[in-house]
Amino acid sequence: MSGPLDPTIANFGYIVASALFIIGLKMLSRQTSARLGNKLSSLGMFIAVVMALLSQPIDDATRMIIIGVGLVLGTVIGAVAAMRVAMTSMPEMVAVFNGFGGLASLLVGWVEFERGRVVWGLPDESVGLVTLIAIFLAVLIGGVTFTGSMIAYAKLAQKISGRPVLFGGQRTLNAAILLLAIVCGVLFITGVLSPQAYIAFLILIGISLLFGVMLTIPIGGADMPVVISLLNSYSGLAACAAGFVIGNTVLVVAGSLVGASGIILTTIMCKAMNRSLQNVLFGGFGAAAGGMAGVEGEARPIDAESAYYVLEAARSVVFVPGYGMAVAQAQHAVRELADLLEANGTEVAFGVHPVAGRMPGHMNVLLAEANIPYEQLREMDDVNAQMPNTDVAIVIGANDVVNPAAREDEGSPIYGMPIINVDQARTTIVLKRSMASGFAGIDNPLFYKENTRMLFGDAKASIEALVGQMKDV
Amino acid sequence: MAEGVLLFFNFVLAIFLGFELISKVPSQLHTPLMSGSNAISGITIVGALLAAGMTDHQVLRIVLSTAAMTLATINVVGGYLVTDRMLGMFSARKDGEGK
Repeated sequence: MSGPLDPTIANFGYIVASALFIIGLKMLSRQTSARLGNKLSSLGMFIAVVMALLSQPIDDATRMIIIGVGLVLGTVIGAVAAMRVAMTSMPEMVAVFNGFGGLASLLVGWVEFERGRVVWGLPDESVGLVTLIAIFLAVLIGGVTFTGSMIAYAKLAQKISGRPVLFGGQRTLNAAILLLAIVCGVLFITGVLSPQAYIAFLILIGISLLFGVMLTIPIGGADMPVVISLLNSYSGLAACAAGFVIGNTVLVVAGSLVGASGIILTTIMCKAMNRSLQNVLFGGFGAAAGGMAGVEGEARPIDAESAYYVLEAARSVVFVPGYGMAVAQAQHAVRELADLLEANGTEVAFGVHPVAGRMPGHMNVLLAEANIPYEQLREMDDVNAQMPNTDVAIVIGANDVVNPAAREDEGSPIYGMPIINVDQARTTIVLKRSMASGFAGIDNPLFYKENTRMLFGDAKASIEALVGQMKDV
Repeated sequence: MAEGVLLFFNFVLAIFLGFELISKVPSQLHTPLMSGSNAISGITIVGALLAAGMTDHQVLRIVLSTAAMTLATINVVGGYLVTDRMLGMFSARKDGEGK
């Protein structure tokens, strides 16, 4: 076997990899190019892996066993999980992968420190402050990402309650934990090779893991889209810190790209929920609900047959799905109904709220899985512009995101949140199990509007009844 | 130290680039974007590969390196595959129906 790869060649490979990540991300912004973009990004990853593999001796048996075991085990687990996961569980999956990436970054920092303890004392090796700070950050951010993601996973998978865990002095406690982490960091950095520094380092690992839990438990299940975006950003920053630890450009570039993208998504999610990031992170949603206007009036029920006549005569129909549709597994029935309507000459679109589903863009994936064509999936602003010219809006399993109180009632806790204005359609049909209020426990005046009809019952059964009516003709 | 400054330079530029790239992604593609960028954050696999090489035969370091390698690989392989699977659903067109 020849010696390791020339560092210049390896660095050139890393530049190519970085460029492929950038191009890949760019292409992910359009549906037509997204799949190729993802492939290019994975090619970049492959190149980076090959470069890293070859830039150190490949006749080092221990090294090759470590790498071989990791690659085989990781590939099998990753591939099986990716192929098997249900689209409804996508948020859990992303959370878990995220957490693993964060933990891997923590471990890279740890391994580097263990190596350093052996070699940094030698006369021809010294350690820079940058490396030590980077190890501190890789451990801290990586640890927070790992346990934070695991808590998010447990909440999403309903292994633990999705309710926010709040208690007095929580912020003070968190501040104290962070302070302790910093103290450990300072002790570790200033002491480096002393036994005390090693103990401080181990405590730092524990604190980082604890901190991830503490930061995530006060956040409610409904806010998980924001949290996943934020943790996504953290996992990138952890990789970035690991890049500073080993002085590697591709880690820094790729990590910061992900860090930035996660922050953007977090901001978008917060805007779509009309909440500040601080408000999401420290919980307490609904607690401040002031005097909201009471909702009065009577809901007007409709049966499947009458609903069919309304739909049959409609020239344009907008479906507004919420996560309730996915819970009822009604996507395929909805697709069938949409197809029948189209065959009847009706223009069909799906208005998807940015926070519909349990992670950013989740609802679109669920609809795509049911073979609903991409062109019919519309963004909120797009359908809202068309709403006054829409004959029928059908709300399936959505509530708060179509609540006109967000527009009209200043006392409502969701006032100011952007919504899909289904109440502006000529007729609105709401599929709902009962009159119970939504996730946030807020009354919805939409149900009492003059042009609203309530189709009560299980969403899937109701849609199937409509499909049956359409087919009978 | 100079190397650290250069890395920091890369960091700052890449953050700005990331902001530019992502702010243009339509909301329909946010989930694949997230799982795709999640796969990119598995780049820490390069760190794991390099760290594995610096291992002497100390058991702790072998265990830590192997764990890092495995976790990063799961992140990378799983992330890219699941993104591809999702994007495949998105490209399913209406004309070619009947599958």
